[in-house]
Amino acid sequence: MLQATGIIKNFPGVQALRDVSIEVRPNEVVGLIGENGAGKSTLMRLLAGGYRPDGGTITLDGEQLKLRNARDAARNGIGMVFQEQSLVLNLTVAENIYLGEEDRFTRFGLVNWRAMNAAARRQLAKIGVDIDVTARTSELTFAARQMVELAKALTLEEMVERPLLILLDEPTSVLNAADIEVLFARVRSLKSRASFVFVSHRLDEVLAISDRVYTMKDGAVVAEHRAAEVTAPELHEIMVGRGLQAEYYREARQQPPGDKIMVEARGLGASGFYHGVDLSIRAGEIVGIAGVVGSGREEVTRTVGGFLPHDAGEMKIAGETVRFSSPEPAVRKGIGYVPRERRLEGLVMFLSIAENISLADLSSVMRNGAIDYGKERRLAADWIKRLSIKAPGPDAACRKLSGGNQQKVVLARWMTAGSRILVLDHPTRGLDVGAKEEVYELVRDLSDQGVAILLISDTLEETIGLSHQVLVMRDGEITARFDASPGNKPDQVELLRAMV
Amino acid sequence: MTFLPGRIAIMLGGRRWRSLAPLAVLVVLCVLITIANPNFIELRNLVRLANSAAVPLTLAMGLTFIIVMGSIDLSVEGTLSVAAMVVVLLAANDSNGNDYGWWAVLAAIAAGTVMGLISGLVQTMLRIPSFMATLGMWFIGLGLSVYMLGGSAIRLNDASIRNLALHRFLGLPLAVWVALGAFALAAVIQYHTRLGRHILAIGGDEDVTKLSGVNVVRVRIAAFALAGFFFGIAGVLAAAQLGQSHAVIGDGRLFAAVTAVVVGGTALTGGEGGVVNTLIGVLIVTVLANGMILLGISPYIQQTVQGLMIIAAVALSLDRVRLKIVK
Repeated sequence: MLQATGIIKNFPGVQALRDVSIEVRPNEVVGLIGENGAGKSTLMRLLAGGYRPDGGTITLDGEQLKLRNARDAARNGIGMVFQEQSLVLNLTVAENIYLGEEDRFTRFGLVNWRAMNAAARRQLAKIGVDIDVTARTSELTFAARQMVELAKALTLEEMVERPLLILLDEPTSVLNAADIEVLFARVRSLKSRASFVFVSHRLDEVLAISDRVYTMKDGAVVAEHRAAEVTAPELHEIMVGRGLQAEYYREARQQPPGDKIMVEARGLGASGFYHGVDLSIRAGEIVGIAGVVGSGREEVTRTVGGFLPHDAGEMKIAGETVRFSSPEPAVRKGIGYVPRERRLEGLVMFLSIAENISLADLSSVMRNGAIDYGKERRLAADWIKRLSIKAPGPDAACRKLSGGNQQKVVLARWMTAGSRILVLDHPTRGLDVGAKEEVYELVRDLSDQGVAILLISDTLEETIGLSHQVLVMRDGEITARFDASPGNKPDQVELLRAMV
Repeated sequence: MTFLPGRIAIMLGGRRWRSLAPLAVLVVLCVLITIANPNFIELRNLVRLANSAAVPLTLAMGLTFIIVMGSIDLSVEGTLSVAAMVVVLLAANDSNGNDYGWWAVLAAIAAGTVMGLISGLVQTMLRIPSFMATLGMWFIGLGLSVYMLGGSAIRLNDASIRNLALHRFLGLPLAVWVALGAFALAAVIQYHTRLGRHILAIGGDEDVTKLSGVNVVRVRIAAFALAGFFFGIAGVLAAAQLGQSHAVIGDGRLFAAVTAVVVGGTALTGGEGGVVNTLIGVLIVTVLANGMILLGISPYIQQTVQGLMIIAAVALSLDRVRLKIVK
C-alpha cells in the first residue's frame, strides 16, 4: 500500500536517513525498531508530511506522493500519533480531535460545538473508551490523552476513501502495562480498517503487536523480519550489533582510577526523587548510573551538577562538605555539567565558539578587567586544534556546528574553567556513529587526565562500555553495583534485572 | 445545569477559583468606592463610567485576540489615530470640503483593518516578531495621521457621526451601544468560529496546531486584521466623542488596553482567557480611574496606581514558578 524507496534526509551536520526503503501492506502492523538516533522518528515525521525528503520517493497505492505538510498527509489517509504528546492542552478533547477540521461543523461561519462534541463522542466510542469530550485535555491522564490522539488520527476515516495508515511513534513510552494492553487491543481491532506503523524501542512490545519488523541502525534499514520468525534477543543483536564492542568504547584505553576521591555521597537524598544514595568517584574514574525513567538517576546527576539541592545525607567534593543551591557554586568547585539538550542548555547557540568556551570562566581571558579578544580567540583556536573540532574558526557561530562538534565545545568550556569533575547527561544523544566515537575518545582522554566523570546514557552498552563502575537505580534507590573494569564488564541482562 | 459562578468561571477560561478573581476584584472595588463616596452609584456617574469605557472596551476586544494567541499588538495608538484621522477628513470637517457621511466611517474601519492586515503580513511573511512589527506600525500610523492632519486639530462637523457620542438610547450614549456590539461580535468570534478556536489553539501550542493541519500563517494574519478592525471602530468612537481629531488622540490608549486585558486574567503567554475576561478587566480599569477621580486623588498618583495594578495582575495570574526564564 505504502512504499518508500531510497529515502535520504540530511540535517545540518548529520545524515539522519541514508537510503531507507520500507513498505507497508494493507491491514498490516509494521514494527520499526532501532536505538535512539537510528532515524525512526525522522522517518515517521517524513511520512506524516512533517519533513520533506532530500532524496527518494514515497508512493501510496502506486501513486507518487509529495507531502508538503501534515494536511497533505491527512488528505491521503496518513495520520500520526506523535512521540511527544501532541494535543493542545488548553483545548477540550473534542476541540483537539477536530482541530483543523472545524469546517465540517461550520455553517454560516459559526461552529456547531454540540455537533462536534457528538462526533467526538462517536469517535471515542469507536475505540471503546469513555472520556468526557468537553474536558480540558490538560486534566486527562497520559493514557487517556494517548487514546484521544488515536481517536484524532482515526477521524481521517470520515474524510478519506482509502484505508488509513496510522503512524504510532513510541506510543507506549508514557503508558503502564495495563494501558499498553488496552492500546494494543484497540490496534488489533482496528487492523481490519487500517494499517499501522508502530515505533518503539521495547522489543517485546514490537514483536507482540507487529506482523513484520524493520530494524534501523544509524540512519539505514539493516534488517526485515516476519515477527513470528524472530526473537527479541536476535533483534537486539542486530539493532545494537557492533562487531567490536570493546573497541567501540575504547575499553583498551581504560586505566585504573587514581586514589583521590573527588565526589563522595553518603545517604544522599532529595525528597520525592531519590534517597539513601551512596557513591564515590575517584580522580580519573567514570561512574555510570543505569535506570529507567523515574528511577532517580537523572536527579542524582542534577544534584551533583547543582540543579537540585539534596535534603538528606551528605555530599563531599574533593573532601569538602557541600550543598549546592544553584549551579554557580558547583562550577566554582570545579564541576562541569554537560546536558543532553545541547541546543537548550549546553551552548548559547548565537554566540561564537570562542565566546562559548570562555563563558564559564571569563577571568581566563580577562586582562586589566576587560575581555581580551585576542586571548579569547587564541584559546578557542587551541581547543579547536586539540579536540579537532570541525569549524571554520574560533568566530564561527555554534549553531552552525554539527552535534558532535558542539559537544566538544561544551567539553572545552569545562576544561577551560578547570573542571575536575564532569557530569555527562546523555553525552551522545542525537549524534551519529562517527561523532559518538569521537566523544568516546575524548571521554577517555579526560579520564586519563584525572577528571572524575559521572555518566548517564541512553543505552546500557554505552554505560557499561565507558564506565569503571556501574550503579543501577530503581524507584529512587541504588539496587545494584557492578565493577566494570576491562575484561570484567557486567552483562546487560544482569543490569536489567536490577533495573525493573 | 451548572451553577452560575461555575458557568462564569468556565467562560473566564478555567475551572479554578483563580479565574473568578477578576470578578471578585471588580465587585470589591465597586463596594469600597461606594462606601468612600456614595456618588459612585448614582445613575449619572454610572452612565459617565460606561461612556468612558466605550473606547477602551472596543480596543481591548481586538487586543484580546492577539494576546490570547501569545503575541502582542503595540500598534493600538497608531491604528486608532489613523482611523480617527480618516473619519474626520472624509466626513464634514473644518479643513476640507469632503462630506461623505457614513462612508467615512466605513473607510476609517477599513483603514484600521488594513493596518492590522499589514502587521500580520509583516509578522508572518518577513518573520518579524509581533512586538517589533507592531511597534513599527504604531509609529507609521502615528506619523501618517499627524502628517495628514497637518499637525493641528481638525473638527468633525458631521452631525450624524457626532451623534454617536451625543445621542442617547435607553439613557446610554450610542457609543456605549457600539462598544457592547463590538463585545458581542468578539464573543461570537471567540466562542463560535473556527478563527476564534484556532487563535486559542495557537496560543496553547503553535507546533501542534500546525501539525493538526491548521494554516497558522493565515490565522495569524486574520487575527491581526481582526484586531485592526476593532481598533478602527474605536478610532471612529474616539473622534466622535472628542468632536475632532488631533495628533495625540491615541495617547495612553495602549497602556489602558493592555492593562484591561491582563487585569481581566488573559495570560500574556497565550492560550488562556478571552473577551469575557477583558470585559471585566476594562470595567476594573475604568471603575478604578473613575473612583480615584471621585476621591480627589492626584492624576499622577492615579497613573502610579495603574502601573502597580498591571504588575500585580501579572504576578497573581501567572504560574511564575513554572516559568524557567523571565525575559
